Amino acid sequence: METIWFILVALMLTAYVVLDGFDLGVGIVAPLVAKGHEQRRLVLRSIGPVWDGNEVWLLAAGGALFFAFPLLYASSFSGFYLPLMMVLWLLMLRGIGVELRAHVEDPLAWSAFDFVFSLASLLLAVFFGAAVGNVVRGVPLGADGYFFEALWTDFRVGPRPGILDWYTVLTGVLALVTLGVHGAHYLAVKMEGEIQARSRRTAAMGWMALVLLTAASLFATLYVRPQVLDNFRSYPWGWLIPALVFGSLAAMPLYRARGNDRAAFLASTAYIAGMLGGAAFALYPDLLPASTDPSYSLTIHNAKTGAYSLRVGLIWWSLGIVLAIGYFTFLYRSFRGKVSLREDDGY
Amino acid sequence: MESALSLHRLHFAFTITYHYLFPQLTMGLAPLIVIFKSLALWKGDERYNRAARFWAKIFAINFFFGVITGVPMEFQFGTNWSKFSQYSGGVIATALAMEGVFAFFLESSFLGIFLFGERRFGQKIHWLSAVMVFVGSWLSGFFIIVTDAWMQHPVGFEIGPDGTAHLRSFWALLGNEWAFWQYIHNMGGAAITGAFAMAATGAFYLLSRRQVEYGRLFLRVGVITAAVASILQLWPSGDFHGKLVTRYQPATLAAMEGLFQSEAGAGIVLIGQPDTDRQRLDNPIYVPYALSFLTYRHWESVVKGLNEFPRDQWPDNIALLYYSYHIMVGLGTIFILITIMAAFLLWRRRLYESRWMLWILMLSFPFPYIANTAGWITAEVGRQPWVVYGLMRTADGFSSNVSAGNTLFSLLGFMGMYSLLSILFLLLLWRELMHGPDFLSAKEPPPGSSVIPQTAEG
Repeated sequence: METIWFILVALMLTAYVVLDGFDLGVGIVAPLVAKGHEQRRLVLRSIGPVWDGNEVWLLAAGGALFFAFPLLYASSFSGFYLPLMMVLWLLMLRGIGVELRAHVEDPLAWSAFDFVFSLASLLLAVFFGAAVGNVVRGVPLGADGYFFEALWTDFRVGPRPGILDWYTVLTGVLALVTLGVHGAHYLAVKMEGEIQARSRRTAAMGWMALVLLTAASLFATLYVRPQVLDNFRSYPWGWLIPALVFGSLAAMPLYRARGNDRAAFLASTAYIAGMLGGAAFALYPDLLPASTDPSYSLTIHNAKTGAYSLRVGLIWWSLGIVLAIGYFTFLYRSFRGKVSLREDDGY
Repeated sequence: MESALSLHRLHFAFTITYHYLFPQLTMGLAPLIVIFKSLALWKGDERYNRAARFWAKIFAINFFFGVITGVPMEFQFGTNWSKFSQYSGGVIATALAMEGVFAFFLESSFLGIFLFGERRFGQKIHWLSAVMVFVGSWLSGFFIIVTDAWMQHPVGFEIGPDGTAHLRSFWALLGNEWAFWQYIHNMGGAAITGAFAMAATGAFYLLSRRQVEYGRLFLRVGVITAAVASILQLWPSGDFHGKLVTRYQPATLAAMEGLFQSEAGAGIVLIGQPDTDRQRLDNPIYVPYALSFLTYRHWESVVKGLNEFPRDQWPDNIALLYYSYHIMVGLGTIFILITIMAAFLLWRRRLYESRWMLWILMLSFPFPYIANTAGWITAEVGRQPWVVYGLMRTADGFSSNVSAGNTLFSLLGFMGMYSLLSILFLLLLWRELMHGPDFLSAKEPPPGSSVIPQTAEG
């Protein structure tokens, strides 16, 4: 039962990163692809109706994590206190940037909102990447299942790591480039003309960095945490996941060359799912490995809630998620197609 | 240790108090928007549609601020109250996770359709989306109340082998009698905020002689709703909620009433200042026997005073609890008086000309916010010294791994951030109020880019 919830929480987090990932990515690449007020407006409009719903996946995933593994939620949220507080402020600033820009008619305010929106999106991507890096690397858990990490210590992966060390900075930059490429693919689908061309170019440049960073992070992970290979040895079908990662990485430029932006976007979606799925696969059954003593690690067994709760949860969760997927399908179908500034298209 | 605890408490208190300024209005307005939409469909009158669109904009602004200040609440259980989360997550996280999948998705999706899909999907779908936004926002409130009700009156759980609370009965959790009355009382409070805001807007339009036609409509709907909600707030919901406090949290009741010594035929204090050190109430003005009667329906019943309870079970801030409770009840009484008078004038067809009443209605819109806030302070300070009543003390629930310095850092950060939000919020709201409903027709859709629609010419 706890394995099912491990998978469900991982799926919800992946859904969050894929969905909110593209609108974060739009924020990251916006300064590169959209020049001037009209183009900026257009780019914002492409995520306008959906970004808020995408962000709900973070709350839903967080709620499911709290529900299934209360100790993990309690330990990780308090241990990552400082970066999470900053994530909260960045989420607020980003929301302000998206929503309030349309309410002012002043060029000075426009550039301020654009700047806030892009900077917050960029930093959020780095924070989320660093968070995944921290989980994979392990945190200094005590016997009580708690820890506290400073933002940085000496940037080394040692017994006293900070949130940021060379490894998590690497995963942070990887996340930044990943979401940037993902966002550029999304814009290539939703835009026409100049912006579309620039989005494709940005994606192409980002792709090269992505290949390098993927390889670097892979070797770094093997160096920092060689145990990640254990599950691949026990369950060889797990090698399908890296195959998916490299396959989708190779597919991106191929589809882009053919001008099939939708498929390129799906490829970056598959890449994200593969990377996160691989991390989850390698961690299992750990939820938060301890860098101190492996027996302190939080696992699906010592962090789970009661069996009754998990069973009942499966019923209401399935019902709720079917409804949610229904709403999302409807929402995305309603606002599908290219975005334009024509006033009569309702958006 | 002590200072870290106080900072974590202040952190949650500050962020939740600020956050709840927004949902109380959206939850209060949602049913009123449904009323306008229904009237428009039923009578085929475009004015009701314009009214609905105008309030949808006010709703959207408040919804946006509610969302961005609500996300931190979901985080803070873990960041600032990790021991509490570890202990009670097995129970309350069911309610919080259900809020995520059932309420948030519903609300956020249908709000998009409600704000931008009127022409695309037609009037019936538009009406339906208004209903769904209403259902979503009230469902969201329900799950939060279930969470708080469990902290006030824990039911449907057992202590697992790991020493934490595990859910034993899903339906007992959702059907907690505390949750039932608290929910009705809380939603009544939200309805009062929404109705007063609407009546105040109407009064403002009439007094400033703009949008007069809509001013009258808003006054009519606002005053009637406010009158009904204010009366229901006293009875049954306030009365029954109070009985639960009497039964399950008797020490809290004594502190709320400022009753230091048990008393037969206890009076109800209207005004007075509690002196916790000397354990007495200074300068009391009270109605004799009323407290005994209201709690037990007998004039001579003994009401337990704080002296009956060990000192370590007294709420730790008796003065704040006493004042917030009295402010809530006092304002609630004033709301009944104002709205009954206004409803009477409305019935006699004199309300729109009674400038004195319009002034009162216009200026009274902040008071429901104060009453709702005071009510929540009563509930949460009244629960002290427990974070889960009778099971876990607040002092054992905070994140002891997060130092006081880090907590103060983020508290100050939130204060700065919320100052900025307040300025932006007031600017946006003022713009909408000045534009009014007259500009809003479906034929010239606002070229909105996002969740908050723009104004027609924006």
